[in-house]
Amino acid sequence: MKSMTSQKAPEEIQQDLKGLDRVFIVGCGTCTTMTRTGGIDEVVEMKERLQGLGKLVTGWTVIPTACDDMTEVAMKENKQAISNAACILSMSCALGIHRMSLYINKPIIPALDTLFIAVEDSPGYFREACVQCGQCLLGETAGICPITACHKGLVNGPCGGTNNGKCEVDKEKDCAWTLIYQRLKEQDRLDLMRKYQPPRNHHVVLKPRAVRIQVRG
Amino acid sequence: MVSRFKDALNSGKFVITSEVAPPKGTNLAKMLHHIDLLKDRVDGINITDHQSSVMRFPSIGGCLAVKERGGEPILQMTCRDRNRLALQAELLLAYTRGIQNILCLTGDAVPIGDHKEAKGVFDLDSLQLLKTIRQMASGEDLGGNKLDGAVEFCAGAIVTPEAKPIEPQLIKFEKKVEAGAEFFQTQAIYDLENFSKFMKHARQFPTKILAGIVLLSSARMAKYMTENVPGIFVPEALIDELASVPKEKVLAKGIEIAGRTIAALKKDSVCDGVHIMAIGKEEVVPDILAAAGL
Repeated sequence: MKSMTSQKAPEEIQQDLKGLDRVFIVGCGTCTTMTRTGGIDEVVEMKERLQGLGKLVTGWTVIPTACDDMTEVAMKENKQAISNAACILSMSCALGIHRMSLYINKPIIPALDTLFIAVEDSPGYFREACVQCGQCLLGETAGICPITACHKGLVNGPCGGTNNGKCEVDKEKDCAWTLIYQRLKEQDRLDLMRKYQPPRNHHVVLKPRAVRIQVRG
Repeated sequence: MVSRFKDALNSGKFVITSEVAPPKGTNLAKMLHHIDLLKDRVDGINITDHQSSVMRFPSIGGCLAVKERGGEPILQMTCRDRNRLALQAELLLAYTRGIQNILCLTGDAVPIGDHKEAKGVFDLDSLQLLKTIRQMASGEDLGGNKLDGAVEFCAGAIVTPEAKPIEPQLIKFEKKVEAGAEFFQTQAIYDLENFSKFMKHARQFPTKILAGIVLLSSARMAKYMTENVPGIFVPEALIDELASVPKEKVLAKGIEIAGRTIAALKKDSVCDGVHIMAIGKEEVVPDILAAAGL
């Protein structure tokens, strides 16, 4: 599982850093390293770009996993360079920013947009596999998620926009329901596709979503 | 009171419906003209609902105009722009204003239209909307709450007989029949042999099928639809036929093709009727009917 990100346009980052001339850059050693949006190479590149714009980069780090508790350690280790900066430029996903903001009371500016939770099907091909809807249907759809893989999130079969197994929004995208049909047919389980699926509950966990579990003493 | 359109469906006659598109803006003149042109010639007039995800005057507004002018409206409702509260509310409004026929559609995807960044809703799908109508007819809303005054609609849906692969569409078709679809207006059909095969299957089910007739206005348009519109396949022979006539006669050729297709469907009782979509050329629908001998 990867948190998929893309770098914001240089102009947008420049605009967001207006008036913030001393910058500390944080990358992430997990997802944004694998997706090549915020690993060491990209952080160093960003450092050089900011310096080219006349910014003072007070330091940089790549936290092994920016969304877990190692972030606190990294923040402490870089305390001096961070305190010399007017802001942090984050090259982790949004989860890393949330973690950092627990420990740092300075503006944290995202250099990346967080897109979706991805699986890497083949090297370099990241696909959204789950939208975390809270009502898993995979057992009835041969392991292909119609909520995620169908543009409209339909649960009762294909719409009329499908053509030769492709989707109306993009001829490169597969129609999820054609895939589900083919796989259910192979499994001799097409009866599952004939079953009426009622309207979905969009509040399985009430938004804002959070769950508290018992922590073992 | 049973709707006039439902009466026509049950009468055993060859049923004719057509569609009118509302304007983008407040100038209703063209839409009203098209309604006037069709209202006494067809058994029902569909008013499209932001077709192709392009924002327009609402379907229900067009249906009210059909009603005011003495026609029989079929309200197209997509699930793209409204959640289940808004859809149910509109059904209540439609019923109280004498609109008795609903065509339930999932709706085209938002990014193919002219507000590409809008949120697509799809809280319900076409099947769930059909079920909603049946539940509301029983005096209850989707939340299980009692309605003070129920609805009664003749509800239908669409099917794409030329879809490839066809089996997933047929499964959904059967689910729609089970959910209470009393009629189907199909996506455009041109290959009568293929359509007859579909009808052989569809005839097993207790519902009425109106074959979709989309006017071909040029060889280029026919080719474009085959290549780009999901579920539309215009046979090469028809494209050649359109290409064989001079430019000024190509519309007349399209009318002739539509007319003879309708006549053939009627003659052999292939289906229960037709749904004529002239797409911007509503003016010629009476000519298509004449060409069909209707």
